[in-house]
Amino acid sequence: MHNNIILAGVGGQGILSIAAVIDLAAIHSGLTIKQAEVHGMSQRGGAVQSHLRIADHPIHSDLIPSGQANLILSIEPMEALRYLPWLRPNGMIVTSTDPVKNIPDYPDEQNLRKALEATPAHLLLSAHQLAKQAGSPRTTNMVILGAAAAWTGLAPNALEHGIRELFQRKGEEIVTMNITAFRSGQQYSNKATQKTAHT
Amino acid sequence: MSHHLLLGAEAIGAAALDAGISGVYAYPGTPSTEITEFIQRAPEAKHNSVRSSWSANEKTALEAALGMSFAGKRSLCCMKHVGLNVAADAFINAAITGIRGGLVIAVADDPSMHSSQNEQDSRIYGKFAMIPVLEPATQQELYDTTITAFQLSEELRLPVLLRLTTRLSHSRAGITRHAPRQQNPLDPEPDPNRFVLIPANARKQYQHLLELQPELHQRSETSPLNRLIDGPGTTGVIAFGIAHNYVMETRATYGLSLPVLKIGQYPLPEKMIRTFITRFDTILIAEEGYPVAEEYLRGIDGNPKLRGRLDGTLPRSGELDTDLIAQALGLNNHDTTPIPDIVTNRPPELCKGCGHRDMFNAINAAMQTEPHHQVFSDIGCYTLGALPPFSAIHTCVDMGAAITMAKGASDAGMQPAVAVIGDSTFTHSGMTGLLDCVNDNNTVTIIIADNDTTAMTGGQNSSATGRLQQLCRGLGVQEQHIRTLVPLKNNHDNNIRILQEEFAHNGVSIVIFHRECIETAARKAKQQLNETHKK
Repeated sequence: MHNNIILAGVGGQGILSIAAVIDLAAIHSGLTIKQAEVHGMSQRGGAVQSHLRIADHPIHSDLIPSGQANLILSIEPMEALRYLPWLRPNGMIVTSTDPVKNIPDYPDEQNLRKALEATPAHLLLSAHQLAKQAGSPRTTNMVILGAAAAWTGLAPNALEHGIRELFQRKGEEIVTMNITAFRSGQQYSNKATQKTAHT
Repeated sequence: MSHHLLLGAEAIGAAALDAGISGVYAYPGTPSTEITEFIQRAPEAKHNSVRSSWSANEKTALEAALGMSFAGKRSLCCMKHVGLNVAADAFINAAITGIRGGLVIAVADDPSMHSSQNEQDSRIYGKFAMIPVLEPATQQELYDTTITAFQLSEELRLPVLLRLTTRLSHSRAGITRHAPRQQNPLDPEPDPNRFVLIPANARKQYQHLLELQPELHQRSETSPLNRLIDGPGTTGVIAFGIAHNYVMETRATYGLSLPVLKIGQYPLPEKMIRTFITRFDTILIAEEGYPVAEEYLRGIDGNPKLRGRLDGTLPRSGELDTDLIAQALGLNNHDTTPIPDIVTNRPPELCKGCGHRDMFNAINAAMQTEPHHQVFSDIGCYTLGALPPFSAIHTCVDMGAAITMAKGASDAGMQPAVAVIGDSTFTHSGMTGLLDCVNDNNTVTIIIADNDTTAMTGGQNSSATGRLQQLCRGLGVQEQHIRTLVPLKNNHDNNIRILQEEFAHNGVSIVIFHRECIETAARKAKQQLNETHKK
């Protein structure tokens, strides 16, 4: 087993929490991981990314070589596209469609959607809405993780175990909210892929 | 033995604790901050009274670490690469005095300048000081090497430089920790011949350091950090530090059995390298950072077999990766999907609601009526004030430079001479510059952006908190020209007026814009909430 995942978003969106959940799930599943992350200046509202590598054998490079990511998991639509050079030719993109417009020259949203739809394999969802339903917009990252769960190479219950472990010190209420968010993302993803299968 | 998922930086912190340090000394700096933070959080550090709060700057940190070593105990000192410039005086001379308790100096370089002004290579400093430099490739190797670094330091009675780079520091991997060692007992050895570097002693000590060099070379030849991963063929790779990982990834990806000489301990194991070079027609030298070894191995005559950063086989600057190594080895690199044109840059920005925003708005408005709009500034979150929409500051050179550069400009006749510096940067290296201004009675307005924290590196405690006015008074600034303002929209007009008053003052003015960092404030509120939750 060898899976390479790029996590993408804007500083402050909770990329590192997604990374932490996947890390915990991978360890729980007895796998080896390397996870490179961004600290420092870029965390201030800039583009942030994390390279996650999971395998059942030792991993050499902390960074994913270009063209070798199986999955881009993004909390922001334009940020998903920034890492296309790392994606395998038929790699999957799971991204929220809710833009973060903290720059003056943010692209036209329809054109952005077209660019995302032009990629070979993608799942686009408004995670913000689902997160609000789960209890808080702060759980957007867990909605996206749920939606992408099938492509992480990790079992959903292992990921839920990771969520519990990460959030347990914040109390049961926060754990439940994040699990709910994760499951709603997962459900959305299941429905969307079933629909694709039927058409 | 226990297993943990740690950042490379954290692996150093864990290893230092397991090696029995009595203290860590550091000033925050990306990508080194998490070493000290790990120790500050570690329950065993608290339990064993390991000293770990932040130092005022890297020089005070290293001197204190040397003092702890002098008293017989083990100490760790951490900094980012440019921090070693600040600590350089102590660093070079600590190699001349030598040490007593193990002293390891962990320096994190930042190739590609993810969060820095340059990508200087600390291995050159190691050679300059003539001490061993250790450069592990993986997180586990960082852990193991940090422990052996303390032993090596005590055996040689020299400080040891542990060099890492951003990618290793900020990447997580599984680590196996070993049983901790006891701290050294207090055991000072008053040895004025070693520790008093008057010329007569310094010459002897320097001679001793020179005589130790063959021993250092010998240890490199037998170090487990320097080893051959053998294979057939006419091409070999010498891979230094983390470059080893990218070479091994390339080897695995392309199913090669390429011979690799892994180097992680300096001075260079010359015999080992000479033997390796003789065997092949082409040798790729892969170093993360400057082409330090490559330049040395090429020599003045050059060696036509060698490839690397100096002949363009690898880029001259920036961090390495697997793609660059594969290209350098002439391996067919696959086509990749380009980034669509629609994607625009997203540079970092000041947080919404940050006090610096209100401060820069006030400064821009106050400068409007001045003959020029140049403002000297410094290193911190507020450096983002150089970018639109503010474009309010026009320099960022090194820690503390805002004040002294404004002083020089004032000496040259520039009016007003305005500096913007953060609270923590001020206590790091701004205070001595302020003293220069006071002694010359310069007409300067020094604006201190005081957010009660070292914000850029993640909100560490600032040495300046709660004592800026007192410090400025103590350094000789007149009481009536130390003004404290609150950067809020409601105070905008008043803040402009006070800035203009101080611009007009013939002498040293301090204007403190004081409002807590919103990130730090939010974190404190959350902590409080969690604590009440627990109760």
